[in-house]
Amino acid sequence: MSHLTAWPVFLPLIVGFVLLFARLGGLRLQRSLNLLAVLGLIFLSLELMRVAVSGVHQVYLLGNWIAPYGIVLVLDQFAALMVLITSVLALAALWYAIAKNIDQQGAHFHVLFQLQLFGLNGAFLTGDVFNLFVFFEVLLLASYGLLLHGSGRLRTKAGLHYVVINLIGSTLFLFAVGTLYGVLGTLNIADMAAKVAQAPADDLGVIAAAGLLLLVVFGLKAAMFPLYLWLPAAYANTSAPVAALFAIMTKVGIYSIIRVHGTVFGAQAGELAFYYAPWVLGLGLATLLLAALGVMAARGLREQVAYLVLASVATLLIGVGVNSPQALSATLYYLIHSTLIAGGMFLLADLIARGRGVHDDRFESAPIMPNAILLGSAFLFGAIAMTGMPPLSGFFGKVLILQAALDQSWYAAVLTVVLVSGLLMIVAMARSGSLVFYRTQSVAVLPGDTLNSSAFMAVAGLLIISPILVIFANPITAFTDMAALQQYDSATYIEAVLSTTAKPGVSR
Amino acid sequence: MEWLIALVIGVMTTVGVYLTLRARTFAVVLGLTLLAYAVNVFLFVMGRLTIGQPAVIDAAAIGYSDPLPQALVLTAIVIAFGMTAFLIVLALKARGELGNDHVDGLAQPSDEQPTEVKS
Repeated sequence: MSHLTAWPVFLPLIVGFVLLFARLGGLRLQRSLNLLAVLGLIFLSLELMRVAVSGVHQVYLLGNWIAPYGIVLVLDQFAALMVLITSVLALAALWYAIAKNIDQQGAHFHVLFQLQLFGLNGAFLTGDVFNLFVFFEVLLLASYGLLLHGSGRLRTKAGLHYVVINLIGSTLFLFAVGTLYGVLGTLNIADMAAKVAQAPADDLGVIAAAGLLLLVVFGLKAAMFPLYLWLPAAYANTSAPVAALFAIMTKVGIYSIIRVHGTVFGAQAGELAFYYAPWVLGLGLATLLLAALGVMAARGLREQVAYLVLASVATLLIGVGVNSPQALSATLYYLIHSTLIAGGMFLLADLIARGRGVHDDRFESAPIMPNAILLGSAFLFGAIAMTGMPPLSGFFGKVLILQAALDQSWYAAVLTVVLVSGLLMIVAMARSGSLVFYRTQSVAVLPGDTLNSSAFMAVAGLLIISPILVIFANPITAFTDMAALQQYDSATYIEAVLSTTAKPGVSR
Repeated sequence: MEWLIALVIGVMTTVGVYLTLRARTFAVVLGLTLLAYAVNVFLFVMGRLTIGQPAVIDAAAIGYSDPLPQALVLTAIVIAFGMTAFLIVLALKARGELGNDHVDGLAQPSDEQPTEVKS
């Protein structure tokens, strides 16, 4: 049993605590340590990816206790993909924070950053529902600190809402976990999946209710309708690198729905097999419509990008709700695209807002910003990718999801909502782009910050991934196909986790 | 005993939900604390109610109580405690920065709505 699976969880934890003391060595030491750790994490996740591609579940027994009794970490292709996306996004966000000196605006930015990665990687790799709760709390607590990093009235207000709603979410999570434990007598995802299949008919109602309560919790994290109201304010008012990193946070909710619901209520679950999927599909459609309206109604660029994140989450929910290996594969492709491009757009919105000085990111007439042509081109590029127009990756992701939806009885509703909301978003982005870049006042003095080329590199690095996703679409979709099939094969997952034996000769 | 425990959890949850919906941060903090208490008792009960039975292996035992919910509750208590502490500090910060303790940080506080202040 190799320890490789556990390293993405332990590395950020260890580095996080080392960074706490590295404060004594000054900011430069903290920055270089953090950058090194994130680079290390990228190499580690590439190695994980290489191992996972074999298609065999890598099960790591924490403390060498065997599966239903101890806690396990499980690496499969989907988890490896999420860890890789997280580390790439983290590198760009960290690079931007350092280039713009945002890490200096408050204490412990670097420590919280690593603890955030600890929580995220833990949530992606764990094979135990209660352990998932604990990692959720870890990533949330770090995110509270990061969200409030720096300061400002609006940030504190949005932060308060974010914390309260997530605490309520944690309480609901515990209620759902408690109920499932009370009925099934286990919290290991693989064991739960096996037990649901054999559950007596009397218990199915309680299990279904607890499963839906869990869906509410994950929906809250993913910002599913009607639980998305916290997202625009929280994302629009926090600092840019944090908002960029938070692009992965909503995907944790999506991941958890696919992992927990998709496995526990998978094909083996008999009467409860995929009973949650119509809920996810319907709520995803509602979220997408409201997100498109939000994109149109936004008063500032950051708020608009926050609603675009919401729209991408809704598209992912639709992909999950369509519920077929083909749809899941399309969802994973769209997930890679939407997470990284949304992160890039948050950073770009911050660069534009800083360039406009006192006008910030509001949609109003302002003097021409420095480097308007470069920023404007990047904005056009990002807007095309986010709204899903050809030739960039958003378009291909949406086409794949719509193609998968054609087999579904709801295909008319899915097609209508996705296409209409896409049109609304294109109109809104065209309007905001022309307001910000064309309707300018001719004033000679420079209004805001000049462009920091090092910070722009982070934006360019994320946006360039979109054409890469298109050019290498064939190998990438081949991979997501494999990952989706592996996720749908819950019998193999159960078998892999429950049959892993403890390493002999190792004392506990 | 079951009905008493169920009643206690129900009452605590009701009061917790009511307080969480209040407009002042202090009431919200209290509400979340009560919700956390309710869920802790609930988790505990999910291991089934047993009296006077050991949780760890004992040669003389005739039965056992489920040790796992006890471990879960311990974790949940610690997390809820930490989160409550954080929330109180954040509520105080919001009170300082926004000038009032309304959850939405309204510009003109207490004078117009004195009935809401003390709950």
